[in-house]
Amino acid sequence: MSGNRVAVVGVGQTKYAAVRGDVSLPGLLREAAYRALADAHLTMDDIDAIVVGKAPDFFEGVMMPEGYLAEALGAVGKPLFRVHTAGSVGGSTAIVAASHIQSGVHERVLTIGWEMQSCSEAMWALSFPLPFQQQLVAGAGGYFAPFIREYMRRSGAPDDIGILVALKDRLNALKNPYAHLHEPDITYDSVKESFMLWEPIRYSETCPSSDGAIALVLAGESAAEASAASSGVPPAWIHGTSMRSEPAMASGRDQVSPQASRDCAADVFSQAGITNPRQEIDVVEMYVPFSWYEPMWLESLGFADEGVGWKMTESGATQMTGDLPVNCSGGVLSTNPIGASGMIRFGEAAMQVRGQAGDHQIDGVRRALGHAYGGAAQFFAMWVVGSDKP
Amino acid sequence: MPPADADRTVTPFPVGLWEQPQPSVPGEAADDAVQRIRVPASITYRYTPGAAPTRFLRGLAGKRILGEKDPVNGDVYVPPRGMSPIVGLPTTEQVELPDRGTLSAFCVVHIGFGVNAPPTPFVSALVLLDGAAVSLYGTLLEIPIEEVRIGMRVQAVWVDDDQLEPSFESIRYWKPLDEPDVAAELLKGHM
Repeated sequence: MSGNRVAVVGVGQTKYAAVRGDVSLPGLLREAAYRALADAHLTMDDIDAIVVGKAPDFFEGVMMPEGYLAEALGAVGKPLFRVHTAGSVGGSTAIVAASHIQSGVHERVLTIGWEMQSCSEAMWALSFPLPFQQQLVAGAGGYFAPFIREYMRRSGAPDDIGILVALKDRLNALKNPYAHLHEPDITYDSVKESFMLWEPIRYSETCPSSDGAIALVLAGESAAEASAASSGVPPAWIHGTSMRSEPAMASGRDQVSPQASRDCAADVFSQAGITNPRQEIDVVEMYVPFSWYEPMWLESLGFADEGVGWKMTESGATQMTGDLPVNCSGGVLSTNPIGASGMIRFGEAAMQVRGQAGDHQIDGVRRALGHAYGGAAQFFAMWVVGSDKP
Repeated sequence: MPPADADRTVTPFPVGLWEQPQPSVPGEAADDAVQRIRVPASITYRYTPGAAPTRFLRGLAGKRILGEKDPVNGDVYVPPRGMSPIVGLPTTEQVELPDRGTLSAFCVVHIGFGVNAPPTPFVSALVLLDGAAVSLYGTLLEIPIEEVRIGMRVQAVWVDDDQLEPSFESIRYWKPLDEPDVAAELLKGHM
C-alpha cells in the first residue's frame, strides 16, 4: 500500500435493532461517532475531516442527509464528504477516509456508515414497478437467489450448507451485544423449517432489516501511536485497501464469482504481502447477506479452490473454533443496516486485531480481512488490517 | 480494553448527551410521545428514456424485441442502453431478436412483491433470448414449479394486441417451449 501509514484507533457502534425509535437519524450517527471518539481517547476537536456513507437515499427515503450532518455531529466547519457505492458503501467509505491520511492531507479522520431502515421500506424500494425498466418483482433475495442456485449446481454442494452458515452466524451473534438478532433458541431444524422465501433461500438464511451506525477513527502514524498510548488499546494498522467494480449487465460476466471480486481480493492480498490467504489471514469479516454467500465468497476471495468452498463451511473451518473463523460478530445475517454493514465488517476486523471483540474475540489475531460487496454483486471493497506496522 | 466493555454490556452514553427537554405545554406528557408514523408518498414525473431505450420500448409496442450490437465484440445487448459495457463505445446497429430463448437462471419466489407480481409461489426467471448476450428478467408460468430447470426453452406471452404499449409490461410472462434443453455450461457468462 502506498502513502503514509494509517491505523484504526477507535471503533464505535450503536446497538442495532429493527426500529431504533429512541433516536433520530443524525442521533444514530452521533451515538456511533462519540463512542468511537471515546474509544480513541479523542474529541471531535481533534478530528480533521469526516467521511460518511450509506446506501442509496431511496432505501430510507431521506434525501441527502449529509447536508445537515456536520451540525448534527457537532463538527461545523470540518470537511464532510459522502461516498456512494450501494451495499459496499461502508467498506468504500472507510477506504476513502484512509486515503485522506495516506495522502498526507489529514492526520485524524472520522468515518461513519449507517442506515435507518425503519424510515422506509428498502424491500419495496428495490421492487417498485416502472414500465420503462425491467421489473424484478421479487426483492433483493429474488435477485441473488438464481446465482446461489447456479453455485449449487456448479459445485454440487449439499443442500444444507446454507443452513450451517446461518446457524453459525446467528449463534456467533449471541456473543456480540451490539448484534440486532439474538436468537438463543435457534437450531439446525429451526433454520431448516423456517419459511422458504426465495428458493433456495429460507427466512432464517436471510439478513434482517436494521437501524444502526458504526464509526471508526483513523489516524496517521504518530497520531495513532499517541492515541494508543492514551487509550491503552493497540492500533489496527491498515496493510492494504482495494475497491473494484464491474457493470451489472455485461456479456461474459459471472455473477457467481465476479471478476471484480477476484481482482479486488488479489489486489488487497498483494498489497498486504499475502500469498496464502487461508494460512496468513487469522479471521475474516465477510459480507454474507444470504447464507450461501459464505462458500461463494470463500472461493472468490481465494480461501478455497473453485467448487469446494462449501467444504470449509461443512467441516467447521469457518466457525470460531476453526482455522479460518468467518463472521465471529454474527455478520450481516444477524445485523444489516445496509450502509453500515460494510463498515461493520471493516470495524470488526480492526476490533479482532486490537483485541477488543470481547466474547467473540479470536485469540492472537495478527491479520484480519474486512470485506464488502454491493449493487448487483458488482461493487467490492476490502481491507486487511494487522497488529504489526506495515 | 476499555473498562466500559468489561462486562460486555453496550457501552453507556456520555453523560447529558441524550437528555430530553421537558415539555413546555402543560398537560402534554412526554411519556406518550409519537415516535413513528407511516406516511404514503407518491411522485409524478416525466421520463425520457434516451435514444436506444426509446427504440427498444417502441419495438415492444409493435411486438418486436430490438437489441443493439457491441461494435467490437458483436455481443447483442437487450434491453439496450446505447453503449457497450465492455468496450464503452456506442451501439449503433439494431438487431431484432426472436421472442424465444433459454432459461439461464431462476428462483422460486414465495413472498409477494409489488403490484405486478403473480400469486406465490412463482418462478422469477432470467431468459437469454436467442442471439442475445445478456438475459432479461421475467416470470415463468404454465409449468409445474418442480419441472423448471436451467437450460429449458421458453417463449414470451404478450398482452393482447390492443393492449400493446412501449413498456416492459407488453410481455406478460414466459412459457415453456417444447424443444430440447440447452446445456447449462453454455449459459455461463450470459445470466
